[in-house]
Amino acid sequence: MTIKPLLDANAELTSGGAPGEPIVMSSRIRLARNLDGRAFPGWAKKAQRREILSACEKAVAQLPQMQNGTVLRLDDLSELERQVLVERHLISRELSQGEPSAGVIISRDQACSIMINEEDHLRIQVLRTGHGFDDIWKVIEAIDNRLETLLDFAFTAQLGYLTACPTNLGTGMRASVMLHLPGLVMANHMEKVIRAVNQMGMVVRGLFGEGSDATGSIFQISNQQTLGESEQEIIARLEHEAIGSIIEQEKNARALLLESKPEKIRDKIGRAYGILQNGHLLSSAEAMSHLSLLRLGIDCGFIAESWRGPIDRLLIEMQPGHIQLAAHESIESDMRDTARARLLREETRRIPPLDFET
Amino acid sequence: MGESLVCDICGKLATVHLTQIINNQIQKVDLCEECAQQKGVTDPEGFSLADFMAKNIEATAGPDAVAGSSLVCPSCGCTPRDFKRTGRLGCPECYEAFDSLIKPMLKNMHRGDHHTGKVPHELLHRVGLRKAINRLQDQLAHAVEQEKYEDAARYRDELDQLKSQSQPEPPAR
Repeated sequence: MTIKPLLDANAELTSGGAPGEPIVMSSRIRLARNLDGRAFPGWAKKAQRREILSACEKAVAQLPQMQNGTVLRLDDLSELERQVLVERHLISRELSQGEPSAGVIISRDQACSIMINEEDHLRIQVLRTGHGFDDIWKVIEAIDNRLETLLDFAFTAQLGYLTACPTNLGTGMRASVMLHLPGLVMANHMEKVIRAVNQMGMVVRGLFGEGSDATGSIFQISNQQTLGESEQEIIARLEHEAIGSIIEQEKNARALLLESKPEKIRDKIGRAYGILQNGHLLSSAEAMSHLSLLRLGIDCGFIAESWRGPIDRLLIEMQPGHIQLAAHESIESDMRDTARARLLREETRRIPPLDFET
Repeated sequence: MGESLVCDICGKLATVHLTQIINNQIQKVDLCEECAQQKGVTDPEGFSLADFMAKNIEATAGPDAVAGSSLVCPSCGCTPRDFKRTGRLGCPECYEAFDSLIKPMLKNMHRGDHHTGKVPHELLHRVGLRKAINRLQDQLAHAVEQEKYEDAARYRDELDQLKSQSQPEPPAR
């Protein structure tokens, strides 16, 4: 098993990072970069893809940020291992889909991962728990600056960084936040929010990006446009026009629900707590929605803040790939539900009884 | 009675009408049931009009843009038809080869049609220097061939000077 050490180590998302925050679970920036004079991965022949992979690996290995990191070639990984990396947000679904000569280098703290031969030659991503793009930008800019001295990126003054799809042209940057929005979901306001965000030229997606659904009331908001604005302008607009207002609306929705239907909210959270501690068959969708409610329980003061880290970790570790990998084999779906329920019983048993008085 | 619209892709009766505001401009697409399904338009979360436009040149550049085009990228052999099929270009040079197709698309897709963000100065300097060196080397060879030794000496001096500027940086630890 190639990725075991990665899973055992402290990782930004599962234990190493600062504890997440109410509403904003994590923030991420990714940059798309391509080598000049080479076919983009989707068009490149097998031999070209191999050359690109080794040229990029060599350059990435020189980055101080990637020292003691993990270098993985997707060809060497089982389907299950790939799935686990997707569930941990270390690689994209597209990279996991099995095109030859694809690779990823993951930093020691697992906050940074650099994918090779995804849609573009390089996809650099930095992901941190909580809210804030400033530090992330500093880290990713330093990485990009260094890589620029080692590789000839395709760049023109007019169009900026050239990318396989024109939707990424210019900065090649996508900034996103993962938001926990149970208030807006319960109040049935999400559709309205998604429409408003779309109209600002930003995108709302489910937990795993394109095409995924939003179980657990977790949504990803990102910029759509990459050309015609600087990186700082894109981040500022995302921050002020979209994220800020969504956070505000989520807070209002929660306040309103707690005021108008306090019993309903407490009942939902209480039941989620009971089921997680006592259930024997849990699908990942069900587990996700109960854990999401426990997270809301922390925000409401029913559960101590110290549980936020463990609950966010469980949101990742109860997913199908993780459950199967922990069981050391690929197991049938109902066996998975049993194993998941066992994990969640053990892990949530230590959460003290909910304090509804606060 | 409103006039009936036809699908931007296949020309059948359009029943799905999409509007998104991109860059303060209202963008509209009309599609038939089948094309809408196929393009994933019915998924309210994953869908964005800009992505869609990238993959549907006809919707932005007119229905003849692909059919009547004999364009091909001299560097990688990619054609507008390939671009339409995959939504991806073949290589960086495609942007120049398909400039007339891509330009109108960018306005619908982005906030502007030119880059105002980060510029890789070190890279541009390095690449510029390399090009200048290659050019001088050609000129030098040519001058020697023509037995214009005075010119050759001048090119050689310029070349030496440029080369001293482009010292490879010390290898990383």
